[in-house]
Amino acid sequence: MLSWIPLLPFIGFAINTFGARRLPAKAIGAIASLAMFAAFVVSVVAVGRLTAQPADSREIVQTLFTWIGSADFQVPLALRLDPLSALMILVVTGIGFLIHVYSTAYMIEEEPHEYARYFAYLNLFAGFMLLLVLGENFLVLFVGWEGVGLCSYLLIGFWYQKGVAADAGKKAFIVNRIGDVAFVLGVLLAFSQFGTVSFRELNGVIAGLPAESSFGVVSAIALLLFIGATGKSAQIPLYVWLPDAMEGPTPVSALIHAATMVTAGVYLIGRNAVVFAHAPEVLTIVAVIGTATALWAGAIGMVQNDIKRVLAYSTVSQLGYMFMAMGVGAFTAGIFHLFTHAFFKALLFLGSGAVIHALAGEQDLRHMGGLKKELPVTYWTFLIGAIAIAGVPGLAGFFSKDEILYRTFAGGHQLLWVVGAVTSLMTAFYMFRLVFLAFHGERRHAPVAQGFSPAYPVVHDSHHAHLHDAPMAMAIPLVVLAIGSVVAGYLNVPAGLGGSAVLERFLEPSLHVPAMEGAHAAADHADHALEIVLMVVSSAIAFAGIGLAAFLYLKRTDIPDALVAKFPGVYLFLVRKGYIDELYDAVVVQPIKALSEGVLWKADARVIDGAVNGTGQIVVETGSLVRRVQTGSVRTYAVSVLFGAVLVVGYFLWS
Amino acid sequence: MAELNHYLVLSGVLFTIGTAGVLLRRNVITVLLSLEVMLNAVNLSFIAFGRFLGSSDGQIIVFFVITVAAAEAAVGLALVIALFRHVETLNPDAFRQLRG
Repeated sequence: MLSWIPLLPFIGFAINTFGARRLPAKAIGAIASLAMFAAFVVSVVAVGRLTAQPADSREIVQTLFTWIGSADFQVPLALRLDPLSALMILVVTGIGFLIHVYSTAYMIEEEPHEYARYFAYLNLFAGFMLLLVLGENFLVLFVGWEGVGLCSYLLIGFWYQKGVAADAGKKAFIVNRIGDVAFVLGVLLAFSQFGTVSFRELNGVIAGLPAESSFGVVSAIALLLFIGATGKSAQIPLYVWLPDAMEGPTPVSALIHAATMVTAGVYLIGRNAVVFAHAPEVLTIVAVIGTATALWAGAIGMVQNDIKRVLAYSTVSQLGYMFMAMGVGAFTAGIFHLFTHAFFKALLFLGSGAVIHALAGEQDLRHMGGLKKELPVTYWTFLIGAIAIAGVPGLAGFFSKDEILYRTFAGGHQLLWVVGAVTSLMTAFYMFRLVFLAFHGERRHAPVAQGFSPAYPVVHDSHHAHLHDAPMAMAIPLVVLAIGSVVAGYLNVPAGLGGSAVLERFLEPSLHVPAMEGAHAAADHADHALEIVLMVVSSAIAFAGIGLAAFLYLKRTDIPDALVAKFPGVYLFLVRKGYIDELYDAVVVQPIKALSEGVLWKADARVIDGAVNGTGQIVVETGSLVRRVQTGSVRTYAVSVLFGAVLVVGYFLWS
Repeated sequence: MAELNHYLVLSGVLFTIGTAGVLLRRNVITVLLSLEVMLNAVNLSFIAFGRFLGSSDGQIIVFFVITVAAAEAAVGLALVIALFRHVETLNPDAFRQLRG
C-alpha cells in the first residue's frame, strides 16, 4: 500500500507529460490535484493503520524488490512508515494538495501546454518528496533527495525565458549539489564503517556505541550528513539559493521552499537522531549554525522590499530555528516546528501569491498598501499566518517556537536562547512590517515610467481597474491553511500548560535516543514554572515586535526613512543581503571560473585536443606516404594479387 | 592411360597461359578471356581429383565455379563497355584515373 503514496503523483506526472497538448486545462489541473488528493487519502489510511499498532513498535515496511544486490551489499527498494515519516507524508500530501488546488487558479493564464508542464513538475516534485520521506535506507532517500533537487531546478526556472529565473534555477541546483557531495560521502563513510545503508540498522548499531567524546567516525558521518542538510535546508553557508528561488511561480515557493523540500534536511537529522546524538560536537555545530542562520536571515528579512523575498528570508530564519532545536537535542521540538511552519509558511506564500495575482505581478512592498479592504479574504488569512509565525500565544507558531526556546534554555544553552529570542523579535517585526506595508495605509502606486515588475509575465493594466480578491480555488486553500495555522499547535500542548504533548509521544519511537535519555528526563522534569516564565517572555517579545512594526509603519512612517538616512551603511549592508552573493562570487565563483578557463585553454585545448588532433595528423601523414602504392594501373594490381597468392601458397607448401 | 599427373600438368600449363594473358595482353576483353582460361584450368584439376578419388565433390565445386564465372563475365563485360564509353580505348594501361 505504501508504494501507492509516491506512485500516485508519479502517475499524475506521466499523464500530464504525455497529454500536455491533448488535454484541456481543466482536466490537467484536476488530474494533478486528484493525484495528490488520492495520495493524501492513502496516506491517511496508512497512518491510520500505523496508529492501530502498539505504540512502541509502530512501523509498516514494504519491500518492493532488491534494487542493488552485489555480494554483501544488498539494497532493497523498500519503503518504511514510522511516526516521523507518517507526519511528513501527511504534511507533504495534505499541504501539497492544497497548493495544487491553489495553482489551478493561479497559473490559469499560462498557455495550456505550459500549464500542463507546470502541473507535471509539481506532481513529480511531490512524488520525489514522498519517496524521500518514505525511503527505508539512505539510497532510496537519496533518489528522492536528488529528485526534489531536480524538480526545484525545473520549477524555479519555470519561466525560463526570463534570464533571472533560469539563473536562479541553476543556482539552486548547483548550491544543492555542493551539499549533496557531502551527503554522498557521509553515506559512503557510514557504509564503509558499519556496513549498512539502512536507517534502522545504522541507528541500531550506533545506539550501542558510547557517545563520542572527541571527533571520530560517527562525528564525521554526522557532520557530512549535516553539510548535506545545509544545502537542502538552506542554512549558512549554503542558504543563498533559497531567496533567489523566489523567481519561480509563487505556489512553487509555497510548496518547495516553505512546506516540503527545505524540510528534507531537518527530516534527515531527525531520521538519524541517534547518529547526531552520538556526536555532541557536531550537534553543537548544528545548533550554532542554525541559530546564526536564524538571526542573519531574520536581520536581512527586516529590510527587504520584495514581498516574496521577505518570506524567503523568513523561511531561512525559521529553518534556522529547526536546526537550533535539532542541535540542542530537542528533535521533537524541531520536527514540531517543521510541522506548524509548513502550515503558516505555505499560507503566507499563497497569500502573497494572491496579492501578486491581484496586482498583476507587482511584488514591491513600496508599491502596495491599503489592500485590506479590497482583498479581505487574503488579508485575514495572511494576518492569521503572520500572527502564527510571530509567536502570539494560542496559535501554532507559539507552541512550536516556545518549545524550541524552552528546550534550548533548559538544555543549558542560554546564549543560543538569547539569540533565538532576538530572532523571535525580528520575526514578529518583519512579518508585521510586511502586513502593514501591504495591507494597511494608503495605496502607493509604482511610478508609471517604471512599469510593472517583470517577474510575472502576464501584463495587463490593473492599476486603475478594480482589484479582485482571490478566486474560490485560491481562497479555499488559504482558509484551510489558516485554520491549520491556528489549530496545528494544539497537537503538542506542552505539559507546562496542562497539555499532554500528543505529538511528542507519537514521534517518540522515531526520535528515541537512548544516549540522551538523561538529558530528556531532566528537561521533562524541569520545573514548569520556568517554562511558563519563558513563554511569557517570548510572548512579550512577539507583542513587542508587532508593536514596534505598528509604531514604525502605521503611526510614525517617517521614522524608518529617518533611520535609513541615519545609518545608510547598515541599511545598505542588509538590503544587499550582506554582500554574501558578491562575496561568494569573488571567493568561489570567479576563482573556479578562472581555473576552468585555465584548464580549458591549457589542459583541454592543448593536451587533450592535441592528442586527438595529433592522432589525426599521424594518419594523414602516413596516408600521404603510402598513397604512392595506389598506382591506378590495373596491371600492377594484378601482379600484386599474383605475388600475394604465390606468397600464401608458398607459405602453406613450405611451412 | 591418362594419369592424374597428366591432368595436373595440363591444368598448370593452362593456368600459366591464363595468368600470362591477364598480365601481358593489352586488350581488356582478351584479359577477361584469359581469366576464363585460368578458371577452367582450376576446374580441370578439380574434376581430375574428383575422378581419381572417386568423389563427386570436385564436380559440384566446378558447377559453382561455372556459375560464378558466368556472373563474372556479365559484370566484367558491362564494366568494359562502361570503361570504353569513358576513355574510348580497351587498353588497360589507359585506366589510370584511380591513381593515388
